[in-house]
Amino acid sequence: MSTAPRLHVVTGKGGTGKTTLAAALALSFAQAGAKTLLLEVEGRQGLAPLFGRAELPYREVELAPDLWGMSVDPREALLEYIEMYYKAGAAGRALAKFGVIDFATTIAPGLRDVLLTGKAYEATRRRPGNKSGSTFEGPWVYDAVVMDAPPTGRIGKFLDINAQLASLAKVGPIRKQAESISELIHSTMTTVHIVTLPEEMPTQESLEAVDELRGLDINLGHIFVNQVLEEREFGTFTDKIDTVVATALRKEVSRYTNRLARQEKQIALLDELDVIEIAHMGEEISFEILEFMANGLREA
Amino acid sequence: MIKELLSDPATRVILCCGAGGVGKTTTAAAIALQAADQGRKTVVLTIDPARRLAQALGLNELSFEPHAVKAVPNLYAMQLDMKRTFDEIVLAHADAERARTILENPFYISLSSSFAGTQEYMAMEKLGQLLASQEWDLIVVDTPPSRSALDFLDAPARLGSFLDGRLIKFLTTPAKAGGWAITRILNTGIQLFASTISKILGGQILTDISAFVSALDSVFGGFRKRADETYQLLKAPGSAFLVVAVPEREPIREAEFFIDRLNSEGMPLAGVIVNRVSPSLAPLTISESKELQKSASPALRTALELHIENLRAQANEERLIKTIKTPALVRIEDAGGEISDIAGLRSIDLAGKSL
Repeated sequence: MSTAPRLHVVTGKGGTGKTTLAAALALSFAQAGAKTLLLEVEGRQGLAPLFGRAELPYREVELAPDLWGMSVDPREALLEYIEMYYKAGAAGRALAKFGVIDFATTIAPGLRDVLLTGKAYEATRRRPGNKSGSTFEGPWVYDAVVMDAPPTGRIGKFLDINAQLASLAKVGPIRKQAESISELIHSTMTTVHIVTLPEEMPTQESLEAVDELRGLDINLGHIFVNQVLEEREFGTFTDKIDTVVATALRKEVSRYTNRLARQEKQIALLDELDVIEIAHMGEEISFEILEFMANGLREA
Repeated sequence: MIKELLSDPATRVILCCGAGGVGKTTTAAAIALQAADQGRKTVVLTIDPARRLAQALGLNELSFEPHAVKAVPNLYAMQLDMKRTFDEIVLAHADAERARTILENPFYISLSSSFAGTQEYMAMEKLGQLLASQEWDLIVVDTPPSRSALDFLDAPARLGSFLDGRLIKFLTTPAKAGGWAITRILNTGIQLFASTISKILGGQILTDISAFVSALDSVFGGFRKRADETYQLLKAPGSAFLVVAVPEREPIREAEFFIDRLNSEGMPLAGVIVNRVSPSLAPLTISESKELQKSASPALRTALELHIENLRAQANEERLIKTIKTPALVRIEDAGGEISDIAGLRSIDLAGKSL
């Protein structure tokens, strides 16, 4: 029985590169030979272009050797759930007709999140041949499941399934399901990674998320500080060149060193956390850059 | 483009939209401030300002009504709290007893605080109220950071059609007839529905749902009608949409979705603001820099190395910016730090960087 984390939840403020990091992390596991599932839960189709696809479907597809991916859709998940538990395709269709599926997946408190995390729960615990057994003992179909989760502002609520559902379902299978998911999320099998940038607002939000997750007793993984500028030494030059050019170049240099100073200050605030710095890669993230990042992550 | 827009007395509403993290809130605040500086009585409606910007605007957790921003004549700010706005509507339309029942219902709590779309709907509801008050020369709206570009336009109609929809009609009927009596249910589809719901979620949920919808129906009757009015409001002359982006792939892609959507709905797109654009660089091309490096001191060589990287990054940015199809485009230089005070907002050059 292994207690190493197998469900990796990746969160971060919008614009920090959370989706890219989730993909790079999943790819790093796969490249190390671990069969990995990468899940998207917000329907943004942000993962697909990283793997040269237009979109990810609601079923597991192979993205790279040992790497599988899918986009979890709460409506589909609910219909699947109804069919699985009640063998009632007709019921599902009737529900859809009356707008109940829309209702359940958008308004019913917490149900949407249960459905979204439910897929991660199922995939994390899936055993060969669908054998049932203890939640915590393998062998497993997937060695790792990586979820590109909602942003830091919503992550606590998203993972605190039980509290969310408390007012909705007091009994019944969804309630039971939520309890099992909650057990997994609070166990050592699950870890939450936060992606951030070496800037003020993202750092602040990340620290708030750290506090929140600790308060919920959820395992904290790495803090990935993305787009970190390289440390450089700039001397002062006295070459005889055009003064306009010289002034403008000095300005470029001081802008860079100012950014370095700001960056250092922000990273220092994350001092006691398990920080992994990711070098700035430029704007276009291609599959090659993703592989490069994955390599770096494997070494870290 | 923005300068003209915000000083034109015909402009009554400016809506800033775009992905999260592109500086939308700051841009909206800067626009409002600079309009106020021109003597127009302006209110900025923000959704979720960063703490220090909120302080600069004098916003705190209790300020959900427009109030004057200290030290800036004509400028007012308010923060949108969707749950509170929702609660206000309930309190305004229902008697005390009924209001209490609604406010305590778990479905109401969820709908009012976390339903994707409620925030958008409420922003529009508030905008409608502000416009109706006739108090303002200009209202600047910082739209919610929608998960996708489409939510913002869809949500009011979606929420409206949901609350006016077939499900609600069905759910409210048996409630009025004295509770969820399965025997009263007319066809098998409905029977399946009811039994599946109670199997999955437990029977008590049906009571909650039907209490919720019947209460809501009485308070929010005509929800769709209001959503439609809101929608028309956005199209009306005097409204202008500004799409905010930064020169990176994802935000530009989001901006393009927005532009397409605004165009197809006939919404008045005034232009695109690209924030955090590379500042002006030394007037030296890549090949000139390389040439100069040959005879340069080590310190100059390092500086030129950085300059070449900056040029490449800038070219990349420009390539992305060029893909945007818009009637007008404004580039705003990277300020090199978080803007969090009035002076900072005032220093944002809305006329944009010249190329």
